[in-house]
Parts: sequence; C-alpha cells; structure tokens
Amino acid sequence: MVAPPCAPILPLDEQEQAVARVAVDVVIKTEILDPQGKAILAALDRAGHVGIRSVRAGKHFDLEVDDSVTDEELEKLAESVLANPVIETWTVTRVPDGLAPSGDATGIGVGSGTDAGASR
Amino acid sequence: MTARIGVITFPGSLDDVDALRAARTIGAESVPLWHADADLHGVDAVIVPGGFSYGDYLRAGAIAAQAPVMRSVIDAARGGLPVLGICNGFQVLCEAGLLPGALMRNAGLTFRCRDQYLTVERTSTVWSSRYVEGEQILIPLKHAEGRYVASDRDLDALEAECRVLFRYSAGPGAGDATAGDGASSRARGDVGRGVARSRSAPPDGAEREPRDETAAARDLANPNGSLRDIAGVCSADGRIAGLMPHPEHAIDALTGPGTDGLGMFRSLADALGLRPPTPAATAASTPSAASATTSTAGAR
Repeated sequence: MVAPPCAPILPLDEQEQAVARVAVDVVIKTEILDPQGKAILAALDRAGHVGIRSVRAGKHFDLEVDDSVTDEELEKLAESVLANPVIETWTVTRVPDGLAPSGDATGIGVGSGTDAGASR
Repeated sequence: MTARIGVITFPGSLDDVDALRAARTIGAESVPLWHADADLHGVDAVIVPGGFSYGDYLRAGAIAAQAPVMRSVIDAARGGLPVLGICNGFQVLCEAGLLPGALMRNAGLTFRCRDQYLTVERTSTVWSSRYVEGEQILIPLKHAEGRYVASDRDLDALEAECRVLFRYSAGPGAGDATAGDGASSRARGDVGRGVARSRSAPPDGAEREPRDETAAARDLANPNGSLRDIAGVCSADGRIAGLMPHPEHAIDALTGPGTDGLGMFRSLADALGLRPPTPAATAASTPSAASATTSTAGAR
C-alpha cells in the first residue's frame, strides 16, 4: 500500500494529542443588574413557562488549544480578554476527550457549574 | 505655540471626524491616528472617539483596548499625556485599564439618543478647567451601553478622590420636575419617543401606558441607569478623562444643541498653552464658534 504524497501520517496518538478543547463561560456578576436576563425572563413568562425564577445572560467560548497551553495561561486569557473582572465572573473548563463540543445539541454536562472552579 | 491633537480611528469608529474638527476649532493641528499604527506621531493629546470599534464584539471597547495604538496610548498616558475617551472611547479607556469601572447595557435596554444635561463635578482637570463647578451643560448622547458600573468600594474611592467628572442631571430647574420650564425643555427627548412628549401625553385614555412622573423625572436625570448618575470620570491628576456624552457634537449651534462642549476642548487648549485661534481661522471654521468665545459663562 502506497502512502499519499503529501501530509506525513502521524501516529494516531499524536494526532489525538495535538489539540485540546477548552470551554470558557462568562456571566455577569450576580450583584450587577442584567437587563438582558430580565427581558428574557419576561419573554419566557409570556411564552407560558412557569416556575422560571431568574435568567442571567452570559457568553460561552469554545477554544481549541495546543496541548502546550497551560491552565495558568488559559486563566490569564480569560481574565484579561474574554472576561472583564470588573463586571463578570468566569469558569475555564477543559473538555474531556470524547465529549462533544458544547456547541452541539448534546452539549449539556460538558462544563462546570456557573460559579465553580476558577470563577471569582 | 501650536499643538497637535491626535484622534484614533478604529474599524467602526464614527465620530473621529467630529473630534478632529473640534481639535481644529481650538486652533490645534488635528492628527489622524490609525489603530494598527503604534506610532503616536508626537501628538500633545489623544482623543479616543465614539463609534462601534470592531463591531463592539466581545464587549464594547474590549478589542480596541488591545490594538497596537492603544499600547502606545497607555504608556504615554501613564507618562502624563492628556487622553480623552468619548462614548466608545470611554469604553475603550475603561477596558484598557486607564479609567476605573465598566460600561454596560443601558438599564432600560433601549438605545438612548438625546440632548442631556450634565453637572460639572470637577473643574481642576485638563479637560474641564473652563467650566464652573456645579455648572449645567447640555451635551448630546447616543448609546446602548452607557451604564457606568463599578464596585461600591471603587465608587466610594472615586468620590473621595474627586474623580467623578460629570454626572447626568435633569437640568436647571430640575427640582420642579413637573414645571416644564423653558430650560428643562431644552433637553429634547429621545428621537421619536421623547421624554417631553410622554410627560405631556394625556394621563388617561392614552393608548400607551402613562408613565408615572417619578419614573419620567428619574429618566430625565439618568438616561441609562449609571450608578450614582456618573456620566464621566477622570484620573486622579485630571489628565485622563472619559464620558459617554459627546462634547464634540456640541461645539456649533448649527448642528448641536449649543456650544457647551467647547469648554472641554478649550480647557485642553489652555493646558497645552494654545493661544485662541485668530478671528480669521475661527470664522473660516464656524460662525458660531466666534460668538462662543466666552464659552461656558455665556452658555449657562
């Protein structure tokens, strides 16, 4: 069997290790008014969903990073760019291999709780 | 002597041209600066203008704060260069860490666009020396993310250090919210759905739910839910300043609500030792600028 002319074939385990998935979730601090969340809550109520007590809108980032990127570096980029510590809290979560990216429909359960881990 | 005032253009800046014009109005040379160029070209002051830099992606001002030119601005500002951030520029300065706090989505979720009274809180700054403390000035504002937020501790520190530069105000005669006197009605309501109109709407039988007077008065005095009505803040030494309203839109009675914004640029001119522009130069730029030479006192 002849190998394809370009692209050297890496051993499988090297291919797998090249990239890691990281999820960063950013939410407005609980003590700061979130008018977007309030508007969404009102819409849920109008749509007939009862029992929803509070909604806080936030942002979710899916990152693909080299394995060489450390937890410290991830924490730093979240603090200095992805979130604004004056108004937001955040969590950095390494997504375990084999789990779908959280952007997929089955993404529930990928990340951590909103205020767990690295949030402050 | 002459002075050079730089105005940064980011992708998505809108009010850079007005800021450049304001610089020329006070007799300075206006210098366009480009976001990707870290060279400040020897300017004596920098204005970070309004707009939607980088589409306001991530957070308003967040990506602009990382631009090459801002690295230079941050270094120069720490060395004493006067820097003014207007609207999106204010957001950029906060994101860059040059000013404390952050600007968030307006409490009412609506884009506010109106002429707004401000109270001048501090006059011992490079940007406000031409005003009188407590003076009411009328300046246009237009933003969706102008709610000033900081922790209580930071807010207390700001107040203690006299770093609140401007506060939103209902304007002269505000104590009597229902009076509807001439001075208050100078502040036009939001385009298309004015505060003034809703106040004069019939209280009963109107299609719209009548707004209660207290809410209307509160809205008049604070358009976006900013904590402690803060419209602008400055550094302790008064050289770095930021505000959400647009003084560069209030330098000519032809296009703005008046010339109350000129005071900020004239203050800078004083600090830079600029002589007032010659009558010829002034006449060439705007007819009204000449009559506003006495500036702030006349504008009250």
